[in-house]
Amino acid sequence: MRYSYYPGCSLEVTAKPYDASARAVCQALDIELEEVDDWNCCGATSYISIRELISFAISARNLALAEKKKNDLVTVCPACYTVLNKANIYINEKEDIKKTVDEALAVANLKYDGTIKVRHLLDVIVNDVGLQKIQPKIKKRLEGLKIAPYYGCQISRPHGTFDDPEFPMTMDNLFSSLGAEVVNFPLKAKCCGGILITTEPEESLKLIKDLLSCAQDNKAELIVTACPLCEINLEGYQKKVNKKFKTVFSIPAIYFTQLLGVALGLSKEKLLIGKELVSAEKVLDRFYGGKR
Amino acid sequence: MIDTKEKLNQTFLEDIYSIPDGEKLKACIQCGTCSASCPTSYLMDYTPRQIISAFRAGMIDQVLRSNTIWMCASCYYCTVRCPSGIKLTDIMYELKRLGIKYRIYPPKNPSPVMAKIFVDTINQFGRSAETVLLTLFFLKTKPFKILDFVPLGWKLFTKGRIATSNKSIKGKDDLVKIIEYIEKKGVA
Repeated sequence: MRYSYYPGCSLEVTAKPYDASARAVCQALDIELEEVDDWNCCGATSYISIRELISFAISARNLALAEKKKNDLVTVCPACYTVLNKANIYINEKEDIKKTVDEALAVANLKYDGTIKVRHLLDVIVNDVGLQKIQPKIKKRLEGLKIAPYYGCQISRPHGTFDDPEFPMTMDNLFSSLGAEVVNFPLKAKCCGGILITTEPEESLKLIKDLLSCAQDNKAELIVTACPLCEINLEGYQKKVNKKFKTVFSIPAIYFTQLLGVALGLSKEKLLIGKELVSAEKVLDRFYGGKR
Repeated sequence: MIDTKEKLNQTFLEDIYSIPDGEKLKACIQCGTCSASCPTSYLMDYTPRQIISAFRAGMIDQVLRSNTIWMCASCYYCTVRCPSGIKLTDIMYELKRLGIKYRIYPPKNPSPVMAKIFVDTINQFGRSAETVLLTLFFLKTKPFKILDFVPLGWKLFTKGRIATSNKSIKGKDDLVKIIEYIEKKGVA
């Protein structure tokens, strides 16, 4: 199983543990990832706020580079996933967009024929590899671990290619099949505020507070995310939330690839567990010989 | 004067209708599903439903000067729930673009600044190191607020989750050519 891997900018900086654990998990599951050579930023929600066609064209550069290798493009960042998917859909469906993007790519000696798909790694793991093939590779069952899988927005909205836009279940099913106790977490697809946490921190912290409350009220020990921005918002701003709302949250948030890696018996070093801002080691140590 | 304003309104409406599936805006039944679904409605001057109504009534200035469109976090709940199939998140993007193009946006709102810094960074380097982006953003909007982010930045630093400079991609010149081609064509 071979894919072109598009890490995205966050994975090089704040979400390094996501990148490391994604690569380690793929290796353990025989998913071959070949990084798209010299990929550029997808533009996230910002480029399209200023220029629409250019945002499609810079995404098309990534798609064209990936298409050279003839494998589908896989990313772990839901924002990259939505942006690249949107560009891919419009380039394939709208003649006028395709024409302009083609011309622009030609200036850089590139060409995109629209033959590849944009996938999220969670989709690849659950639907291409499949739970049946994952089960025999599991070294540690996640029994007794209470988790709140948090999907955020763009992994299933607007395109909803592999999960429900309103009530996604992929991570719930994956981790409960590995023994974890998935707590009731009705806010699992609600927005964390995204970039507003940076631009409007005072006003938007409430969004994070609501998510943390929901996870805590339902007795989750750990939040599991599939988005680099959600992850940093949830764990990086707990102190600010606590100060503003006089709360005492201390709930670790890690990437789904890290938890899957734990179950696959991968080392903490390989998964970069220990690099959280709210330590997850206390919660995860039981799987590394520690007491509960 | 009225003529000019009406012409501008017409231009804006045509702009919106010209984005992919933008024509569906005409089918809005003002049910308010978008406003009820929006996680950031509580931060907005006008709710998403009101924005559509005001926009169709030609109140472009109020629409673009309100903070609403810049408070959209692109969560796409409205888009997947709209019974008329309006891609409201995409409409919000188009309104942001129109605001930028005609320099009509809410005063002192940091979001347009963030978007511009982000785009400049990509144009210059091809990728964007978040921590550098944040620093630039605070320097440009509220330098004193940067102190609020020192604890988080320090923590990220101790965990090796920080970058202090942007690195260019190899194909930066190609990327610039792609961008400039579309800019010159005037259909960006």
